[in-house]
Amino acid sequence: MSTSVDQKKEVSTEVGDGAGGFAILFFLLGLVASLIVGWVAFPKLLYSQKNQPIDFNHELHIGLVDEGCESCHFFREDGTYSGVPKLEQCIGCHEEVQGQSKDEAVFVEQYVKPGREVPWFIYAKQPECVFFSHVAHVKAGGMDCVTCHGHIGESSSLKVYEENRITGYSRDIWGKNISGIKTNTYDRMKMDDCSECHVKKGVNQSSVQTGKGACFVCHK
Amino acid sequence: MKVSRRTFLSIGSFIVGGAAGTALSPLPWKLTDDLSIWTQNWPWTPKPERGDVSYVNSVCTLCPGGCGLSVRKVNDRAVKIEGMKGHPVNDGGICILGLSGLQLLYGPTRVKTPLKRVGERGQGKFKKISWDEALAEAAEKLGALRAEGKSHTVACISGSAGGTVPQLLKRLLTAYGSPNFMSVPTMQDAYAVTLKQMHGIDACPGFDVENADFVLSFGSGIIEGWGSPVRMFKANSAWQDKKIKVVQIESNKSNTAAKAAKWIPARPGSEGVLALGIAHVMLRDGLYKKEACDGAAGFEDFKKWVADNYAPENIAAATGIQKETVESLAKEFAAAASPIALCGRGQGRTPGSQYEFMAVHALNMLAGNINKAGGVQIIPEPKYIAWTEPELDEIAQKGTASPRIDGAGSETYPHAKSLLNRLPQAILTAEGASPVQALLISEANPCYTLSDTQAVKKAFAKIPFVVSFSSYMDESAQNADIILPNHACLERLEDVPTFAGLSKPVIGLSKPVIKPQFDTKHTGDAVIALAKALGDKIAAAFPWESYEACLKETLGDKWEILNEKCFVAAEENIEAPLQFFTQECKTVSAEGDEKQYPFVLMPYDSIRLANGFIGNTPFLTKTVPDTVLKKNEMLVAVNPKSACGDSLSLKEGRSVMLTTPKGSAKVRVHLSEEIMPGVIAVPRGLGHTAYDKYLAGKGVNCNELIGPAEDAGSGLDAVWGIRAKLSNVSI
Repeated sequence: MSTSVDQKKEVSTEVGDGAGGFAILFFLLGLVASLIVGWVAFPKLLYSQKNQPIDFNHELHIGLVDEGCESCHFFREDGTYSGVPKLEQCIGCHEEVQGQSKDEAVFVEQYVKPGREVPWFIYAKQPECVFFSHVAHVKAGGMDCVTCHGHIGESSSLKVYEENRITGYSRDIWGKNISGIKTNTYDRMKMDDCSECHVKKGVNQSSVQTGKGACFVCHK
Repeated sequence: MKVSRRTFLSIGSFIVGGAAGTALSPLPWKLTDDLSIWTQNWPWTPKPERGDVSYVNSVCTLCPGGCGLSVRKVNDRAVKIEGMKGHPVNDGGICILGLSGLQLLYGPTRVKTPLKRVGERGQGKFKKISWDEALAEAAEKLGALRAEGKSHTVACISGSAGGTVPQLLKRLLTAYGSPNFMSVPTMQDAYAVTLKQMHGIDACPGFDVENADFVLSFGSGIIEGWGSPVRMFKANSAWQDKKIKVVQIESNKSNTAAKAAKWIPARPGSEGVLALGIAHVMLRDGLYKKEACDGAAGFEDFKKWVADNYAPENIAAATGIQKETVESLAKEFAAAASPIALCGRGQGRTPGSQYEFMAVHALNMLAGNINKAGGVQIIPEPKYIAWTEPELDEIAQKGTASPRIDGAGSETYPHAKSLLNRLPQAILTAEGASPVQALLISEANPCYTLSDTQAVKKAFAKIPFVVSFSSYMDESAQNADIILPNHACLERLEDVPTFAGLSKPVIGLSKPVIKPQFDTKHTGDAVIALAKALGDKIAAAFPWESYEACLKETLGDKWEILNEKCFVAAEENIEAPLQFFTQECKTVSAEGDEKQYPFVLMPYDSIRLANGFIGNTPFLTKTVPDTVLKKNEMLVAVNPKSACGDSLSLKEGRSVMLTTPKGSAKVRVHLSEEIMPGVIAVPRGLGHTAYDKYLAGKGVNCNELIGPAEDAGSGLDAVWGIRAKLSNVSI
């Protein structure tokens, strides 16, 4: 009787040892595979790469205008912000082709002459549910453009627009770093980044329009 | 397949490892965040337009109120309608219909191109055609009729008679050779006949409600949309603040009645008799303004006639109002410094009994408030359209000299300018071919708004050629052969002469806020194009390049200021000598046998239901309470004390069959103390069959259940109700 019991014990120990090793191996395989998927493959799949219709040179333009960013990105009389310039602002200088650049020729021929607005991709576009007022930040808050938009004004070329395939917004909102770690204020522009600054600056924590607090400052 | 323990553990470990790795990667957190944003971007979620904000001033044409608008635009899209500050009619205020007008502008009910009918009449089957084809076909049909000597068989129904577009249509008919221009009648028409008979002049009434200190309303829905709605709302609020007494005489406790200092539910239809009862007390006790009335034409006869026939005790049976109530009402009315009496039932969108209007106006004359502050203002008809008379050729002369189909202006109805309510009957009773061979419809929806719509549709079916200028696919457009769609409100330039009971009427200019979105054409331009296509003297009568040129020339020196301010004041008051009358105040009774139909059905108006050419916006329908419309079923208000026989018990929400001599409909019962026993109150403005899915198929059109009641005095439709019965619904 005792022999058969021992034999059984032996068998079960053998099986147990072998299975344990396999289990750890497969656990590690699963772990590594999913880490690769999550950290490497997923971001690649999530964003599509799009080139702007015209490669705009901010550096060149900023040297030619008098009022810095506000020469083209200006406040309207009622305090609303014009955002990305329309043809109307470009047409003053670009009625005819200026210089030799290929993009310039395309811009004048395909957009200025037929009066077609350029379908720019907007890196900083926030979801519809966000109420953002430039005038409150720039005029009343005295912030500069770089704090949120980075050094785009000094660039000579527009970077590739990475569009989130699910949301349709730019990668710049979540931030280039998929883990969400940032080093500069302009690296990402999610809700936490807004509230971080609001808290730091001691901004009024209730909505000017509704008098309601918290969420209602930005979500009307 | 047998899974060994080893395989099982391996797969399990892989899954657990995978899960741990996934949790340690940004994937789940990022996906959760992205999916939540994705849900906000579903294509049916409305998004505000971003861009350049601007305001454009204009004038509302959705009702006759003539309010000034200030429309907020973002880029080229109108995003919000607000009232124009400083406008003499509404000074920044706006009504619920005007507020939601963008839903009509951008909604699915618009006619987007000229259409030609391909299916049966009323089937709603049309094909798109070009403007050239559409105008050519209309001109060809009209030209052929004219060549056959049938020019007088062409008729036109216009939403109003004032303004350049209706006048261009009228001019087209005249030059073409037809006298049959008709406008949709309202209380303005009944008032015009009243002023003609009691002052001997062609004029419009204005009511200086802002300065009145006692308001006696004979069923006028002051806050139901009577007159110019926003102005009346403001006046009503001011009365409440200043503790000015409002007495509402109405069988239904409307909002106006509920807000009034006193609500007197008189028997429906007896309002004129009650007015003369009040006049009796004023005359008997010498409470009238002697300096105004003594020596006026017919005053002594009127005094004697009222003394003989309208003593409060004698009218109690007819009106259901106690002698004491009449006495005290008369004394209060006469004691006020500037009392005013109003009439025009509900919103006043239908005319009423001529004698009722005359009796109420007699009260104003007795109170001496004609052309006085706080009283009735007598305003001349607008004269700014001063075109030279068109030169008529032989056919036109012969055509315009033939009698009108509706009988207006004939010996029987000398004061009426048009009697649209008589048109369907005239067509149906004519022997042989229809007396109307072609019909033009502009800014009107007779197939919905006229009493006894079944008969109206039958009559329209006999008209061989119907042209609609409607911007919307309404019931009348659906019954047309050709649709020449007009630009919608806020897309077109148009003058808007506004009377609507204003004490200081204005001429407004409705300016286009946005460019026309579809392949539509201004009716003014379409009329000019039709005239040019008809040629000769008809074309010569329209010397203008375009409608805009015509309007600019017509307005002359007013053009610039109208463009800038959107309004100019109309003419000053005119002198109005008093003429009293002694005709018997004939009440208009409800059609139907009292034994067979124990109830009286009365339509009622609500500010939440647009009941004219313009249908309800979806937003407006949302505000209708579920005691009026529940899902798609309409509720009618009945007093629980109403006797309705043993076979039927009234219960809240119960389905019943409502039958009148004109038709029957399945409705639900809403029990309410706010209605006189024996009366069934039916909302006006529901039961559309055309337009879009937001408007069609909700409730019953009350006009299908009531028939026209021709007023003996004016010939206008004076119907206020019909006898009715409720019965069990057969299952």
